[in-house]
Amino acid sequence: MQRYLVSRLIQSIAILFGVLVLVFFMVRVTGDPATIMMPREASPESIEAFRHKMGFDRPVIVQFWDFLTHAVVGDFGNSLHFKIPALPLILERLPATVQLAAGGMLLALVVAIPLGLVGGSTPGSVWDGIGRLIGLLGQSIPNFWLALVLIFFFAVRLRLLPSFGRDELRSMILPCFVLGLPTMGSLVRLTRSAVLEIRGEDYVRTAYSKGLRPNLIYVRHILRNAAIPLVSVIGVQFGYMLGGSIYIETIFSWPGMGQMIEQAIGWRDYPLVQAIAFLTSVIVVVLNLFTDMAYALIDPRIRYGR
Amino acid sequence: MGDRPVTNTPASANQISVSGTGLRVDEARRGWRHQLVYIGRLLWRDKSGVIGLVLFLTLVFSAVFAPWISPHDPLSQHLSESKLPPAWTEGGDWKYPLGTDNLGRDLLSRIIYGSRVSLTVGLVGVVIACGLGMLIGLVSGYAGGRVDAAISGFVNLILALPYLLFVVFIASILGRSLINVIMIFGITDSPIFARTTRGEVLRLREAGYVESAMAIGAGGWKILFDHILPNLIGPLITVATFTMSAMIFYEAGLGFLGLSVPPSVPSWGNMLSSGRKYLTTAPWIAGFPGLAIMFASLGMNLLGDWLRDVLDPRLRRVKK
Amino acid sequence: MDNVTPLLEVKDLVTQFNTLDGAVHAVNGVSFIIDEGETLAIVGESGCGKSVTMLSLMGLIPQPPGKIVNGQALYFDGSTQRDLLALSKEELRQVRGREIGMVFQDPLTSLNPVMTIGQQISESLVEHMRMSSAEAYQRTLKLLEYVDIPDPQKRYGNYPHQFSGGMRQRVMIAIAIACMPKILIADEPTTALDVTVQAQIVELVAQMRAELKMAVIWITHDLGVVAGIADRVMVMYGGHVAERAYVDDLYKHPKHPYTVGLLGALPRMDEDTARRLVSIEGSPPDLYKQPTHCQFAYRCPFAFDRCWAEIPPLITVGYRHKLACFYDIDQGRPRDVA
Repeated sequence: MQRYLVSRLIQSIAILFGVLVLVFFMVRVTGDPATIMMPREASPESIEAFRHKMGFDRPVIVQFWDFLTHAVVGDFGNSLHFKIPALPLILERLPATVQLAAGGMLLALVVAIPLGLVGGSTPGSVWDGIGRLIGLLGQSIPNFWLALVLIFFFAVRLRLLPSFGRDELRSMILPCFVLGLPTMGSLVRLTRSAVLEIRGEDYVRTAYSKGLRPNLIYVRHILRNAAIPLVSVIGVQFGYMLGGSIYIETIFSWPGMGQMIEQAIGWRDYPLVQAIAFLTSVIVVVLNLFTDMAYALIDPRIRYGR
Repeated sequence: MGDRPVTNTPASANQISVSGTGLRVDEARRGWRHQLVYIGRLLWRDKSGVIGLVLFLTLVFSAVFAPWISPHDPLSQHLSESKLPPAWTEGGDWKYPLGTDNLGRDLLSRIIYGSRVSLTVGLVGVVIACGLGMLIGLVSGYAGGRVDAAISGFVNLILALPYLLFVVFIASILGRSLINVIMIFGITDSPIFARTTRGEVLRLREAGYVESAMAIGAGGWKILFDHILPNLIGPLITVATFTMSAMIFYEAGLGFLGLSVPPSVPSWGNMLSSGRKYLTTAPWIAGFPGLAIMFASLGMNLLGDWLRDVLDPRLRRVKK
Repeated sequence: MDNVTPLLEVKDLVTQFNTLDGAVHAVNGVSFIIDEGETLAIVGESGCGKSVTMLSLMGLIPQPPGKIVNGQALYFDGSTQRDLLALSKEELRQVRGREIGMVFQDPLTSLNPVMTIGQQISESLVEHMRMSSAEAYQRTLKLLEYVDIPDPQKRYGNYPHQFSGGMRQRVMIAIAIACMPKILIADEPTTALDVTVQAQIVELVAQMRAELKMAVIWITHDLGVVAGIADRVMVMYGGHVAERAYVDDLYKHPKHPYTVGLLGALPRMDEDTARRLVSIEGSPPDLYKQPTHCQFAYRCPFAFDRCWAEIPPLITVGYRHKLACFYDIDQGRPRDVA
């Protein structure tokens, strides 16, 4: 298992390096980073001055090295809009996004797992139907549209819930629901199919042939095996939520990283965008690493692999 | 686990029989006509597949025949009749069945034309992603060794990234145009095709098909067409349907953020974006395009689900 | 016939499956008896219904799509005789594992990959014998020793993937005999194993049945194994019993054309040129059709009009030698039966 984890660690570092390369080159893909970072109506002279100030007129290799060496210590330069260092700005926003994602994930788990378990155990039943419906809708409803619809009904018409801001606990309800719905959908489906598949496995038949109690078979043989793929997916989905909260935060004016990146794009504040892109990637990569670790711990075939 | 004992004397009951039909229906041994009927029956049994197919065909139909079925020109503005509600509510007018937007443009026509953008992005995007992905996957799977490791590393890198974030990032840099959107999705969605293809190639190599074909002198191309491609079709089609659903979804999302096609082009995402401002006063402006996105996505998902069930290993055994 | 109540008496078992393409008639009226301490081998090709018969007895057939349409399985535990097929789910559950143990074909997929093998053995002990975990642990160690698994204490905490195929099958056997059941059903336990390992397993089971006085039902398609371990043999075809006899009797005097074919022997008096039954052509039985005639007729060189008209009943042709065939192979002509 150690070897597996070490190789995953190395992989993760390689990925992060790749992300840095990507992030660096993405702002240069049109050839001139200065033009995209300056307002459209800027004069050629001011663009030239900006280019020189930011060091975009140096050879690319030099720029890259500079970027790299600064990035690994967390220095992404100053935000063009706020004129203060980018990374601390974003870190300030991180808790809000994490809060949203955590809330969404919690909601998703609480609804999806029981429904999936029941659905997989009693296919064709009413609960299974509900579970499958949620599964389908969760993955088909555009969450940005759903957010608008829900705001319209709950906040505007019924005046039950706030439609923006992060002031009270109630503000979390709508955004967490919308953010968590796609995950809820895929988790229901996954749980259901895992349970269904495992129920047909030979070792479950063996368990029945031993004359064990059904409840015991369910927990020890079925659930324990179903948990394995679930753990992976939960970790990955959490990463999606952290990285995909742009719409939700924008619509609900939730002061997190997603909102900031949307604003930063509007301000053409690309150093800030780069910093957010990198930080989010780091979080996702680290999350995936932890998920793999958890997976390796849970599955004895990997933990004690020969 | 060892091999099963191979004996020449009829000490084994199995050797005498043509292996019995047993309890499983082995469709792979029936002709393709029978399979078509079987598929038809599967569709009928699993009606959600039919719904998916219908939705998909509706999308295609409205995209292809948009000029003929739209009641109005999607770009023409009737400022005096702006923000009209849907026809069946009070204040509405059947001239504009779903109402009009803030510039007096007919919503129904705009939604119909919007399907063109969605379908184009979806189809062309998937074709590019699939083609690119297949190429990468084939090279990676065939070459093995370091080339494979390098390519897989790159593929995994892209898959590890927070998708939406990077798509938004690059879209904002490249600017608003249909081609840009298609290229972005075509490239960012190719890894999954690459991974699927590579997986199939490796599986077939391990199963010995490639080696044994080579042993009898079959060249690379022959192996490719006879063995690998038929096995790829199933999984790739399934992945393609889901990817298309995702592309429609994300194109709308980009449009919502103002990063998709230019504002003059009617696209569902653009409509949502402009409709957002009028949520309290004219909610239908954002409401209906969203429904369209939902049904398009839903349709593709249902179709993909059904395809996945149908194209399961059962039919996969139809190999030469 | 003996006066002792047989350990298990199965009468006219009929099991079907309802699938998309129609009903599959897997078991069409199977009957047999097994006495205490006896070993019965059930032989037949894939799809002849041997596994389904056993699973039906154990209540392991999922009841949709499966359905036990008819039959009795009278089990005698020393004091009372009960029909297994008539028991409630809970009652049957208590029989499984405790009175009847089962070993399956593929030990890799038949063991829970995320549970230690020791636990998988102890489970039954705790459930049926009401042992505490400590007692179950000790007993499990003894069981592991008994099935020749070295270093039981260390191996108790290992997982299935850490064992070789042969060892895994021993674990399965340990699980099956943990509660000292009266009957052990082994469903092709050696098919997935090496030839050498096969022999070891067969030897182990032979030793077990002698020492533990267990009845064994051994399902196989390998006649070599049958000769080594069985007291009596039942040959199945197309969901029916074709022939049933003591081992020696069957090998020396096979009477069903299918058995004869299996044994590779020529008929004593045949009319045509010698046709080796080994290279028979013809279609395997279509299990989707409700049988109305002998299922083997398609491939039997001796089939005549009666074979196509009725299902041959099981008749007695020797001491505890039953046959379901209208043709008399020894005489070379149809039998004189009603």
